[in-house]
Amino acid sequence: MNRTMREKIGAAFPDATCSTALDTVVVEVSPETLHNTLARLKNDAAFNCGLLLDVTAIDYLDHPQPQPARFAVVYTLRNWQDNLLVQVRCPVADPERGIPSACHLWGSANWGEREVYDQYGISFAGHPDLRRILNHWQFQGHPLRKDYPIGKGQICYETDSLEKEIRARLVENGINETTLKDINTEIMFLNLGPSHPATHGAIRILTALDGETILANVNEIGYLHRGFEKTAEHRTYNQIVPLTDRLNYCSSMINNIAYVKAIEAWLGVQITERAQFMRVVLTEFYRILDHLVCIAANLVDMGGLTNYWYLYNEKEAAYDFISRLTGARLTSSFTRIGGMYRDFYEGWKEDLEGHLRAIEKGIGDSLKLVETNRIVHDRTQNVCILPAETALSYGFTGPTLRASGVPFDLRKDAPYYNYQHFDFEVPVGSTGDIYDRFMIRFEEMFQSIRILRQAMKHIPEGPVDVADARVHLPPKSEVYGNIEGLANHFKLVFEGVKVPPGEWYDSFEAANGELGFHVVADGSGRPYKLKVRPPCFYIMGGFHKMVEGNMIADAIINLGCINIIGGELDR
Amino acid sequence: MAVGLEASLGNSVITTKLDAIINWGRQYSLWPFIFGTACCAIEFMSAAASQHDISRFGAEVVRFSPRQADLLLVCGTISYKQAPILKRIYEQIPLPKWVVAMGACASSGGIYDNYCTVQGIDTIIPVDVYISGCPPRPEVVLDALIKIQQQIQGETVLHDRHKDFKGILD
Repeated sequence: MNRTMREKIGAAFPDATCSTALDTVVVEVSPETLHNTLARLKNDAAFNCGLLLDVTAIDYLDHPQPQPARFAVVYTLRNWQDNLLVQVRCPVADPERGIPSACHLWGSANWGEREVYDQYGISFAGHPDLRRILNHWQFQGHPLRKDYPIGKGQICYETDSLEKEIRARLVENGINETTLKDINTEIMFLNLGPSHPATHGAIRILTALDGETILANVNEIGYLHRGFEKTAEHRTYNQIVPLTDRLNYCSSMINNIAYVKAIEAWLGVQITERAQFMRVVLTEFYRILDHLVCIAANLVDMGGLTNYWYLYNEKEAAYDFISRLTGARLTSSFTRIGGMYRDFYEGWKEDLEGHLRAIEKGIGDSLKLVETNRIVHDRTQNVCILPAETALSYGFTGPTLRASGVPFDLRKDAPYYNYQHFDFEVPVGSTGDIYDRFMIRFEEMFQSIRILRQAMKHIPEGPVDVADARVHLPPKSEVYGNIEGLANHFKLVFEGVKVPPGEWYDSFEAANGELGFHVVADGSGRPYKLKVRPPCFYIMGGFHKMVEGNMIADAIINLGCINIIGGELDR
Repeated sequence: MAVGLEASLGNSVITTKLDAIINWGRQYSLWPFIFGTACCAIEFMSAAASQHDISRFGAEVVRFSPRQADLLLVCGTISYKQAPILKRIYEQIPLPKWVVAMGACASSGGIYDNYCTVQGIDTIIPVDVYISGCPPRPEVVLDALIKIQQQIQGETVLHDRHKDFKGILD
């Protein structure tokens, strides 16, 4: 299909250079034609790229191959109906002058381009609010540029007031002095966070209120920016696995799996059948754990503390269970390029079934409390509604997008690891309110349990690692027994897995949505660049669209139901 | 009618040292403020949940206002962007106060030795107990709590412990 798509795109844009990388059609355009290319890819029914998944840039300063310009900006687009993935690349010779912004085409471009500006210092002409997003406002320079030293920290003495931004947002919403006089009210500015019990991490939510109603909302993130991408550039490919644990730390294993899948895809490594099943089992188990924490915390925000014990106790038990497998409760680091760290232990299957039963009971107990609960219904139904087109425009994926009625799930639409053979359904919401976003997670847990039981029934025996000396460590008997094995081990540990030069994007259906990795490899054992496409980041970017016009108390439970995880949001 | 201890003491006077009686009270009623930023906060949730049950040590009254707390638990990575907020929260906690740095990141920056991560919160605020681990297990949180209690036992209430502290933001 991609071959024909590539020809089709090539015919539509005769000035551009087209190529493919894995499943992605890559279109290379000049800054002058960038805008028209993006607009056509979005609006032309033949391409229909409704989702702008990610915006990133690459600094080629130290890259071994000569490039037309020092920087390149990459827009990753997706047509979710036809499973078409397109990347538009544009060289940037002068970062100060920059390239035209895509903000008026997709809402998600706003935060995506801000991040590129912050990290690489590339400006976007026509961007409505081009300022730093992850680093603090007193930061000088752009950390992801290759000439910025990794250890050069900069002290922030004061927090940004955001006053200018919230006032601009009020004007954008059509609220000025005259309207305020007309409705005889005064605006109250209320700041929530970044240290607030209901923000579930360090996020800052600034609201302008009329009574309890939110007139305007501006959010600030980056409080947990820990330099994942810069650190990853200094690690070998396998050393990055522990870093991925700490992206979405409620479902660390999913990050491990998504990351190694992205690297294996480019290496062309086909992992063993048993490893594929293991990955499905662990992904679905962690999806349940992720949803459990999300729902438990959300219900606490709503005032239903009992649910927390019903749901969290199962998660607590599951942590001990997981630590029996991986050695760690939270940070699993269980995958390796080419397979898994080790096989399931003996008796895993029975233990898993026991935990699934306990989880079913916990969910059942909790559902009994909330399913027909009038307070829950009143607080969640028809509150913070997000229409499907807004959700798509802001780059929503995963349960939050499906709650708005878009049945997009990578496990169905671009299946990997035999997901097409499992019997499960993708729950879809009808109104896109908090109730839908909340109940969809309950239903997804039941579907994950279904997949888990099928996978455990059909999981084949066999090795969990590929027998490929290029990527996988030799058995210890070889390392200690002969010089080839020893040299192989040494090279893989010290130099890392050699990944052939190239650039590609690979994605995975994580608990929160599409978790993507955009990797640039230069042929060495370390990535030249590793960009994460975190589902949370873009969901948070559309937060104001959900809460404006609703009450401040609704904003709190809305934040809970979209499951913002700081590690993934800020990386 | 009096029951328990007061019944046997009756209407009498006991003599003790101020330090002993005040510290005895303080050590078993620590009210923690959770400055949770990252993964460690999830493990704190486990320490508070049924299985590990932090209330066995008298510290279950988790406050979300620093003005009502006396134990600051910093759970997670502190970035330079976060640092002024941490300092402000610390200053808002009334004296006496104790600080626990939970996990590798809060203690030393952990695996994030880079441009955005503070290399240990003791460059910003004084720390009493450090917990190792990435993330630490819930049991270690309880251990840190016991250590703080032991420390309180040996302190004098008249002494301001960190009067001369100077961090990078001071």
